[in-house]
Amino acid sequence: MTALRAGRLSVRLHPRAVVVAIALAVATFAMSVVALTTGDYPLSIPDVVRTLFGDGPPGAGFVVTTLRLPRLLTGLFVGAALGVSGGILQSVSGNALGSPDVIGFTQGSAVGAFFVILVLDGGMLAVSAGALVGGVVTAVVLYLLSYRGGVQGLRLILMGIGVSAMLLAINSYLITRASLQDAIVARSWQVGGLNGREWGHVTVAGLTLAVLLPIALAFGRRLSLLELGDDKAQALGVRTERTRLVLLAVSVALAAFTVAVAGPIAFLALAAPQVARRLSGTAGPALATSALMGAFLLVTSDFVVQRLFGSRLPVGVVTGAVGGLYLAWLLVHQWRRRA
Amino acid sequence: MAVSTPQASGQRSSSRAFGLVVGLALLAFACLASLWVGAKGIPFTATWDLLWHNDGSSEAVIIHDLRVPRTLLGLLVGAGLGLGGALMQALTRNPLADPGLLGVNMGASAAVVVAIGFLEITTLTGYLWFALAGAAVAAVLAYLLGTAGHGSAAPERLVLAGAAVTAVLFAFVQAVLLLNPLTFNQFRFWDVGSLASRRMDVVAQVAPFIVAGVVLALSQARALNALALGDQAGKALGAHLGRTRALVAVAVTLLCGAATAAAGPITFVGLAVPHAARLLVGPDQRWVLPYSMVLAPILLIGSDIVGRVIGGAEEVEVGIVTAIIGAPVFVLLCRRRKLARL
Repeated sequence: MTALRAGRLSVRLHPRAVVVAIALAVATFAMSVVALTTGDYPLSIPDVVRTLFGDGPPGAGFVVTTLRLPRLLTGLFVGAALGVSGGILQSVSGNALGSPDVIGFTQGSAVGAFFVILVLDGGMLAVSAGALVGGVVTAVVLYLLSYRGGVQGLRLILMGIGVSAMLLAINSYLITRASLQDAIVARSWQVGGLNGREWGHVTVAGLTLAVLLPIALAFGRRLSLLELGDDKAQALGVRTERTRLVLLAVSVALAAFTVAVAGPIAFLALAAPQVARRLSGTAGPALATSALMGAFLLVTSDFVVQRLFGSRLPVGVVTGAVGGLYLAWLLVHQWRRRA
Repeated sequence: MAVSTPQASGQRSSSRAFGLVVGLALLAFACLASLWVGAKGIPFTATWDLLWHNDGSSEAVIIHDLRVPRTLLGLLVGAGLGLGGALMQALTRNPLADPGLLGVNMGASAAVVVAIGFLEITTLTGYLWFALAGAAVAAVLAYLLGTAGHGSAAPERLVLAGAAVTAVLFAFVQAVLLLNPLTFNQFRFWDVGSLASRRMDVVAQVAPFIVAGVVLALSQARALNALALGDQAGKALGAHLGRTRALVAVAVTLLCGAATAAAGPITFVGLAVPHAARLLVGPDQRWVLPYSMVLAPILLIGSDIVGRVIGGAEEVEVGIVTAIIGAPVFVLLCRRRKLARL
């Protein structure tokens, strides 16, 4: 580990973690370029650049600025948000399985969305609002339930599992009692996807990230101290309860907004931080790397799903497969390196 | 709150034994109620008589063809899920592990989706062997992935390997269901988990797997206690970590695979019941395992009865009721008690 110092500011750096972060950023950028240039209407890189400055070939404006760019940006923002959200939760709970999916935020959002789809018969915007309300209400209930003179990570997650089980049961009930038509709509939403995302989605996701990411990163260092246990962290000057509250709130808000924008995209919040942590080889949580990993995985998965299935399948189907396979590969690979 | 001083352990184990007897009595009561309560009102004495003397009347048919298999299945599936969950949590030393973690549930689901979508099989008995095979294949895959090269699976790796396999299978299931509405239409009813419409042949096919799993599981209780101390201490005490883990993984697969094959993926029971058991009796696996095995069928059969009663003509599936009833109890337990660590 090396430390960079400039006057009073100092940053501790892990060489390997930095290399991994830079490599991820480059890979994400490259993937974004590929996503913007390929498709039913292939464009060269200069064409795309010219189009972005309003000077592209005829027709390219629509393809790039209306179809591809909003989808790409939504994917990048949502992926990053999920990576950070999962990273925080796993760290606070001290459990690799602590992700928004497991703890019930996404189930809560799903109940909100299902209610709008199946009972109120609402449109896209109403569904997003329902998801947001559901997620936030679930989080507040969870916090109140887990609070006993402070929130203990394990208790929070167990409460989450209990509450999540109830919400899932409600969802299953709604699905089995709905008409097949409605059930399919609800199920498609439940998988999570980026089809037909517009600038409105980009704005919501971008603003969420712009506000919450800096807070998450600022508290990120204290997060690794929290992992040492409350007593040690307090001895090192961390106000543990307040730190945890802020971080949990950030994690919930990130998860809730991503669900509202793109539906509950499976597994990304669990896989991205795990993969990031293993690649960087750092002991503590690496929120910035998790964010990059999430963005990279989601955009890559979306690219794969578009090429393989067109718009018939949402990206949520592939994030699971890609993330899962990658995690599997990592598990095997790590063993090889150690042997 | 249970006393945790060593001096009190003699007294504690007699109160634990008493608790287990109470649990068994409750279970017997639940089974009787399950035979008695239903859409068709049959007086209790008549139910009891008909149980032993099948006179061929329509009431007797209801009891013997519908309620008996359903109750037996509740017993088997409940025991399988409770015990499977307790084993899974002990094996991975992760209190969040549930029976589905090794990929068992998702393996069964994927196989059922294949059966419906590609082979056009539509009967519950038809799914059964697919679900069992799918569960087994997924579990073996997850275990191999978690142990690759090590010989014995480090808990953390096993958890992640299970999550990885589940994620990939989940993607497959979602893809097939979204591309094929008819398959989805049939699958969504299997997917909630239910004990209804299962006949005696399902019970007979599933029972050997559950019984084998129970025997295997209980034989490993002592070894699991050694495992809980961590790898080094466990080894120092002479535990065969690799062998124990492999045997326990086999037991989880048998128990949960058979339970899921018979009733569909019933979540939550396998996760929550072992927690409740640990809150009651502490971390000793020789008590946690039997308690989980007795408490889980009480929850399952009780929920099944509730589902029959509240739904009226259209009953509510047991997989839904277990969560609606069990979750608040679970939440209260975790709130009020000090959490028992693994």
